[in-house]
Amino acid sequence: MTASEKKELMTAACRVRMDIIRAVHAAKSGHPGGSLSAADLFTYLYQRELRVDPANPKWADRDRFVLSKGHTAPGLYAVLAERGFFPVEELETLRHIGSDLQGHPNMNETPGVDMSTGSLGQGISAACGMALSAKYLGKDCRVYALLGDGEIQEGEVWEAFMFAHHYQLDNLCAVIDNNGLQIDGNIADVMSPYPIPDKLRAFGWAVAEIDGHDFDQMETAFAQAKATKGVPFAIVMKTVKGKGVSFMENQAGWHGKAPNDQEYETAMAELRARLAEVEAM
Amino acid sequence: MADVKKIATRDSYGAALVELGQEHEDVIVFDADLAGSTKSGVFKKAFPNRHFNCGIAEGNMMAVAAGAAAMGLVPFASSFVMFAAGRAFEQVRNSIGYPHLNVKICASHGGLSVGEDGASHQCCEDFALMRSIPGMVVMCPADDVEARAMVKAAYEYQGPVYIRLGRSAVPVFHKEEGYTFQIGKGEALTQGSDVAVIATGLMVERALAAGEALAKEGISARVINMATIKPLDEELVLKAARECGRIVTCEEHSVIGGLGEAVCALLSKVCPTPVSRVGVEDVFGCSGPADQVLELYGLTADHIAREARALCGK
Repeated sequence: MTASEKKELMTAACRVRMDIIRAVHAAKSGHPGGSLSAADLFTYLYQRELRVDPANPKWADRDRFVLSKGHTAPGLYAVLAERGFFPVEELETLRHIGSDLQGHPNMNETPGVDMSTGSLGQGISAACGMALSAKYLGKDCRVYALLGDGEIQEGEVWEAFMFAHHYQLDNLCAVIDNNGLQIDGNIADVMSPYPIPDKLRAFGWAVAEIDGHDFDQMETAFAQAKATKGVPFAIVMKTVKGKGVSFMENQAGWHGKAPNDQEYETAMAELRARLAEVEAM
Repeated sequence: MADVKKIATRDSYGAALVELGQEHEDVIVFDADLAGSTKSGVFKKAFPNRHFNCGIAEGNMMAVAAGAAAMGLVPFASSFVMFAAGRAFEQVRNSIGYPHLNVKICASHGGLSVGEDGASHQCCEDFALMRSIPGMVVMCPADDVEARAMVKAAYEYQGPVYIRLGRSAVPVFHKEEGYTFQIGKGEALTQGSDVAVIATGLMVERALAAGEALAKEGISARVINMATIKPLDEELVLKAARECGRIVTCEEHSVIGGLGEAVCALLSKVCPTPVSRVGVEDVFGCSGPADQVLELYGLTADHIAREARALCGK
């Protein structure tokens, strides 16, 4: 990727992070931590990777994205708005009565949302069903799913991993956001899912391990995913929960809490400064 | 009824699936290691590349089926009732019910008539669980003719459907000729004015037997087959309540949350009517031959007749 392409991604990711904070602040609830850790991934997927058409969100041959860790809907909504699926102003209606932007993704209400999720573990199964169906229908579209590292404590996730390998779903790419934290603390302390890549390999998946805040590494991993035949592909990405807002970084307490007015101002000032810095590059 | 043909509704399901498969390319089938028992295996034999075993992982299967429906296919997902409606309840609720996806859940081995396997497999809570999901159609066929028509109607219907099928062979009392099935419509099998007996599934045939016994005693019973439990045929129930004044409901299901409660919920608001509910009385089942287990728990024509007599003050 060229320097200007990377700069474009970085500025978009800054705007996405600002939109996440804006939406969660307006909602007075929501999940900023995991939305921010995956903000770069969301941005890369919707700017570079997914074959989608904001003017035709139900396009039958589009790539599908399933947000298996559905609580990070603010991140998905921010990037969908950024990509033009709906106006950015709508983000401030998040979690309000009558809003299209439900607390967790609803495929029947939000343009661009391919699957209703929120109950952990189920999205990856649905993604498997989509990938299997795409093959059955002879479609060349690809299916992507994003899971949390805490989410993979759900047994259903491993049922799905088994299924994807059994049916050779090489049109499926699962990304695991390894920010290391869940509601009750460090995932290694709560119920360790480690070593994640080894477990996936043991389930027959091809695996790439990347820094989830590095667009070059994302580009390489997604290219590798597309080139892999016969087995499903997983990207395990190390990330920082709350990435981009200093007082939220690596704090489990910011998993599902909205910033108050003062915290909001501080967060937005930091993100604005970062945006200016990136734009000046 | 000694020479009446008997067929298990799970066999009817397998046969109907094959017919649907021949007509519609968008039908695919999932099972969870029970294809031989649920009879989805009959479809597998006809269309091996359209049948996907999910292994013993019912939760995953339901959400996989949801994903297939989101791609525009019409997936049928089968397991035993206990695991389809019980174990996978939350996947059915969140991945199929909430997005209102076009998945047809066809579960076999419902109720006490599972027999020898015992209480762990005799699910009598599925109507209650599935009824509680907004937008879910809940049905239970009484015989082969109805079951095959119901499976085809489920395909034609847009949205999530739950069908409970039985393990044991049951008498075929519908005539194939001229038969039509409509989701949400019950049928009065006999006319009567003293008491209405509203039954579903294998209890329909027992209700008919009870009706015959009651007739000999001068009690005129209207036997109604209520194959769709949700949405309930309110018009038919209200007509029966107004014209008969007494109702007995019969189901191979807990008295909690099933057909009986659906009927009571309607009547208590619109047309208060004495109702006796024949079903499983908030207890677990046990092992034994199906007919003996059904008898032990009072799911018999005799018991239905007794309840009807009592309502009629006789």
